[in-house]
Amino acid sequence: MSTPDDKTPVPAAGLTAAGTPKDLKARYKTTRQTMPAQTPEQRIHNFQEVPLGLAADQAKAEAYRCIWCKEPECVKGCPVNIDIPGFLHLTEAGDFSGAIRLLKRDNLLPAVCGRVCPQEEQCEIVCKVGQGKNGVPVAIGRVERFLADWERATGSVQPLQVGPPTGRKVAIVGGGPAGLTCAADLARAGHKVVVYEALHKPGGVLVYGIPEFRLPKAIVAAEVHELERAGVEVVNNYPIGLTRTLDDLLTEFDAIFVGTGAGLPYFMEIPGENLAGIYSANEYLTRVNLMGAFDPEKNDTPVIRGRNVAVVGGGNVAMDAARTALRLGAESVQLVYRRSRTEMPARKEEVEHAEEEGIHFQLLTNPVRYLGDERGRVTAVECIRMELGEPGPDGRRKPVPVKGSEHQYPCDVAVVAIGNGPNPLVPRTTPALETKKGKIAARDESGKTSIKGVWAGGDIVLGAATVILAMGAGRKAAASMDAYLKTGVW
Amino acid sequence: MEMSFELVERRDLAPRVTLYRVRAPEVARQRRAGQFVIVRVAEGGERIPLTIADADPAAGTVTLVVQEVGTSTARMAKLRPGDRLADLVGPLGTATHVEKVGTVACIGGGIGIAPVHPIAQAMRAAGNKVVGVLAARHRDLLFFREEMRRACDELSVWTDDGSEGSKGLATDAVRELVARHGKLDRVVAIGPVPMMKFVSRLTKELGIPTLVSLNPVMVDGTGMCGGCRVSVGAKTKFVCVDGPEFDGHEVDFDELSRRQALYHEQEKASYERFQRESR
Repeated sequence: MSTPDDKTPVPAAGLTAAGTPKDLKARYKTTRQTMPAQTPEQRIHNFQEVPLGLAADQAKAEAYRCIWCKEPECVKGCPVNIDIPGFLHLTEAGDFSGAIRLLKRDNLLPAVCGRVCPQEEQCEIVCKVGQGKNGVPVAIGRVERFLADWERATGSVQPLQVGPPTGRKVAIVGGGPAGLTCAADLARAGHKVVVYEALHKPGGVLVYGIPEFRLPKAIVAAEVHELERAGVEVVNNYPIGLTRTLDDLLTEFDAIFVGTGAGLPYFMEIPGENLAGIYSANEYLTRVNLMGAFDPEKNDTPVIRGRNVAVVGGGNVAMDAARTALRLGAESVQLVYRRSRTEMPARKEEVEHAEEEGIHFQLLTNPVRYLGDERGRVTAVECIRMELGEPGPDGRRKPVPVKGSEHQYPCDVAVVAIGNGPNPLVPRTTPALETKKGKIAARDESGKTSIKGVWAGGDIVLGAATVILAMGAGRKAAASMDAYLKTGVW
Repeated sequence: MEMSFELVERRDLAPRVTLYRVRAPEVARQRRAGQFVIVRVAEGGERIPLTIADADPAAGTVTLVVQEVGTSTARMAKLRPGDRLADLVGPLGTATHVEKVGTVACIGGGIGIAPVHPIAQAMRAAGNKVVGVLAARHRDLLFFREEMRRACDELSVWTDDGSEGSKGLATDAVRELVARHGKLDRVVAIGPVPMMKFVSRLTKELGIPTLVSLNPVMVDGTGMCGGCRVSVGAKTKFVCVDGPEFDGHEVDFDELSRRQALYHEQEKASYERFQRESR
């Protein structure tokens, strides 16, 4: 589809400059637009998305709330420094096509980021509209999501513009958010890019971890399809470290990016943890999301649909697991977290959604053992109450068990969501690659590793973090790789 | 990239036991004894771990021997040469630690004969005297007689009911081998969990180091899900990356059995539905 404003040129880089608007008062007066959403009663019976997205007039009204700061803090708050005021201005003017193109100049996965980025800790927390008493920041993430959805819904997705072929070949190890972002930028620069993915589908945590009701899989598939249209080759079923080693790839490629993620689930190593019915969050979510166990008519992979489910942890993954359990028909879901609500690493929105849906939060509570029946199936989790003691090295107050406070919650499924370690496949098979506590050691922000021509980024360097930080790392590495490929300077 | 996963040969070895030769050149080149692959037969299918029974790097094929036990393996049994598997990934797991130790007994129980075969070949290539045992409930469950005869210095056949070879269990075979050879320096036992459990119990008494290869429930096969965890020497291990082979004297086989049975009812229902639908 071609519309007249497709011709609006998008500047190659830099922020859109604009003067202070004259209608500041009216802008301040405009209230933050609420996204229509499925009610908790509806949504706990389906796997469809919870927030339904802004309508076009809402998006324009929300964009109108931007006060065009001279030095936009939001841009600095964004890990990939999107020209936020720029795309808001265009949205406000109703030029959705221009807005999405500007947005995609800086972020190729806006439909994903508009949904899963913690905007409230990044761009929106520093938004000047949100400062001061009663200030509510511009809903940047919602507008971002609107633009991406608008583009897809209207069929106006523009093919990725790729530069003239440079003749250089790049391998991306791991098809998650870091790798896909890196691949996109390098393809735009004209390099030949091959993405090696270990699973049968690319997307990493976007497809195996984050549930359908938070990020529809069709969106990820569409984003990957766009990359393939731009000439990026995606090779599934190809774990580097097993099918071939990184050293093998070095003989064939001019540069390599490793974004293999945090794919080694931690367990608590408490008695009974290997009872049947106790899952890592990775396994539970992979069965349901990637393998489609929520729809047994279409998919063979089973999952135990617990009646009473216990989820251990307080992060986004724990929320995802708890809400998934509800949708699989659980009567009660206990979320067991050893610290208090303030320390919960999950996004506020996810915690709220989980509470609205009826997840029971057992805070300051920690599992000590699991109990099982004669078949070896889990039947209950025994917990102990905790109280917060002195702050630990990370500044968070350390939870300390309260003697004699043991109590049990019955459960026929338990999900352990206490984090992941770095995926060991590449470090284990690449002796020259320097590591730090299992993570790949990066020399600087660009992600350069100890091996010439090899970069790394995302959770394999940072430890389990967020999608957008991984994308930021992929982007920084891509810029550094492009420079190396052009100059040969390491 | 040349990764079609095309089925180039399909041969029934025994009732419900089928040999598949699949095009997977990179896996064929890389694999070593003891490793496995994960296969997804079709869209919507499970990811199932299958041990590599043999490989031909020149032809770019791997050989899988599969017993039809549920929906996924039944789907696989319907494939014909020229058809393709949706996905195949590997080689996964840690290769068998092969060294020259003297006399090695390689015991395959039922479908476990398939994974024992490449290990027998590797053990012999390393200079060991390899004594092979094929064991099963009934002669109908036996296969690879010729392949194992070629891979081993000597081979004996044992059936529970005496329908072929000597009458007795895998443990009887071990006792007989010890009696005949004076001593065994190592036992490799692969088969159903009870067989591995009782062989390991016996060889522990006899003081013979024993390797077993485990086949638990698995999803990704690269260490990501932890579904395949087993207790080995009271430590939790992931079979997909730490195994599939472990010291048989240290494995908690009862826990393994219980974990393997987790989806029993769902698998049965799914298999029945599949059989109804494909009739």
